Amino acid sequence: MTTIAPPVAAARPARARPDRRRQGWVRRAPLLPALVFTIIVTQLPFLLTLWYSLQSWSLVRPGAEHFAGFSNYVDVFKDSQFRTTALNTVIMTVGTVLVAMVIGVALALLLDRKFLGRGIVRTLLITPFLVMPVAGALLWKTTLLDPTFGIVDFLFRPFGIGHFNWIGSFPLGSVMIEMIWQWTPFMMLLVLAGLQSQPKDILEAASTDGARPLQIFRELTLPHLRRYIELGIVLGAVYVVNEFDAVYMMTQGGPGISSANLPFYIYQRAFLGFQVGQAAAMGVVVVAATIIIATFALRLIFTSFSGTEQAA
Amino acid sequence: MTSADISTAEAGLASAAPRRVAPRKKRGNSIPLGIVGWIVGIVFFFPVLWMVLTSFKTEAEAYTNTPHLFFSPTLSQYKAVFSSGLWPYVANSAFATIVSTILVLLLATPCAFALSLRPVRKTRDVLFFFISTKMLPVVAAIIPIYIAARDLHLLDNIFTLVILYTAMNLPIAVWMMRSFFLEVPGELLEAAEMDGAPLRRTVTEVILPVVAPGIAATALICCIFSWNEFFFAVNLTATQAATVPVFLVGFISSEGLYFAQLAAAATVATLPVILAGWVAQRQLVRGLSFGAIK
Repeated sequence: MTTIAPPVAAARPARARPDRRRQGWVRRAPLLPALVFTIIVTQLPFLLTLWYSLQSWSLVRPGAEHFAGFSNYVDVFKDSQFRTTALNTVIMTVGTVLVAMVIGVALALLLDRKFLGRGIVRTLLITPFLVMPVAGALLWKTTLLDPTFGIVDFLFRPFGIGHFNWIGSFPLGSVMIEMIWQWTPFMMLLVLAGLQSQPKDILEAASTDGARPLQIFRELTLPHLRRYIELGIVLGAVYVVNEFDAVYMMTQGGPGISSANLPFYIYQRAFLGFQVGQAAAMGVVVVAATIIIATFALRLIFTSFSGTEQAA
Repeated sequence: MTSADISTAEAGLASAAPRRVAPRKKRGNSIPLGIVGWIVGIVFFFPVLWMVLTSFKTEAEAYTNTPHLFFSPTLSQYKAVFSSGLWPYVANSAFATIVSTILVLLLATPCAFALSLRPVRKTRDVLFFFISTKMLPVVAAIIPIYIAARDLHLLDNIFTLVILYTAMNLPIAVWMMRSFFLEVPGELLEAAEMDGAPLRRTVTEVILPVVAPGIAATALICCIFSWNEFFFAVNLTATQAATVPVFLVGFISSEGLYFAQLAAAATVATLPVILAGWVAQRQLVRGLSFGAIK
């Protein structure tokens, strides 16, 4: 969907000469293949989704499709499962992103200090992010959280919590823990980049002036990091809100729909329930919600982006 | 920015490199911090380490109430994984990854060029459009994509994944490469223009050498994302075109009955990306943040 209003911002001054107008198409030509390809592959499906959402269409009853107006949308808003999964999506996204960010900031502060083998520790910390999400989820489900043979069970046994079914008892929490594990390194790297771009002389000046470390952190470092933290939260949310792999591998949305998020629920409706029209309507609702949130998010990214551009 | 080289150098040289004598105590090596750092690092890395360790165990050793850290390693799980027909999946993953990455580079390079060194009008709108496609939920597009693929007889066809992975990575590549192109010094371009060099020569002799590392980093990130992709793969392929993540799903149905074999399969699936990511840590952030953070 291209209906989001572009952010109001001054265009970058072009390096071109006045005869640009005549050369317009020459300049535009290199851009077109990528643009046309992206429009066809990513925008056309959304338009079709919009069309499908107005149809009564089930894949198990071919030939019975007919125009249904907005009845699919009425069904979506009446569907209590849709509301539950929407709430799960919010909990999952907010919880994962915030916890990952808090741990990420702490780890970044740690890695900003010198200690023996810092480079190796950094490499270790970054690894969860590189693990194929499907494999990561499988690992957590089996070797770590298994009620009998999992290592988490082993660690908790001395505390009297033996043979505890983590995934069964806390399905949403278990999925979130796996996702936090995967996303913390990303947050850490963003914040670390922010910390390392902080002018050191100011910090030293503050320190010689007798400012306490906590004071320096609150008054100087945190304001400086704000842009990076915001960017991390926005980008993390963009990726996490679409999370499918961990839910699919660890819980299949269950028990019931207690750990299903919207991507998984729509997938279930479309591919297991064969309700094309209804799933499409849900997709459209999700897109509409995303557009509202993304408009703010994109503004922020553009601000961050122009910020670094000036600095570069 | 030079931060890219630092990250890789740091990993190898952290302990060996002679360090500038710190002017104040705070800047020196801190032992307590080091201990905390190592503990946290090992905790985060542990699941991966455990996966690799388990993959060298027998099933009997993997199924113990008390985890065994020391055991006599065996390669039998790897043999089992490779003889259970992993290769076609690896071939599919490799094909989809490599071909889509080549397509992305072919499409993104001229595009990034037009958006950075020779900015067209509405550059911001175009950039905005690319990034907005990444914000929209994939799940809303999967139904028409599935139906189109079905009607065109492209279900379970590796080229369907190639096209989708290209579209998935193109916005990231455009943004990322643009950020690299912006680092080409303006004087270089002006000098080339003064010399009256044709555009093609300017590109091949002035721009490409400067942005080549950036293009390599972009390619690597596209490879990582394509290799790890699961949603399209599981919905659009069955037997012929299934990729490595789909192979791993097969272990779900057995409900973890074969921990060690599963660990071996997961190790094979994850190792290429982990190694690639270690090499290109900083570039990964740059790609994921759409070039906003260098």
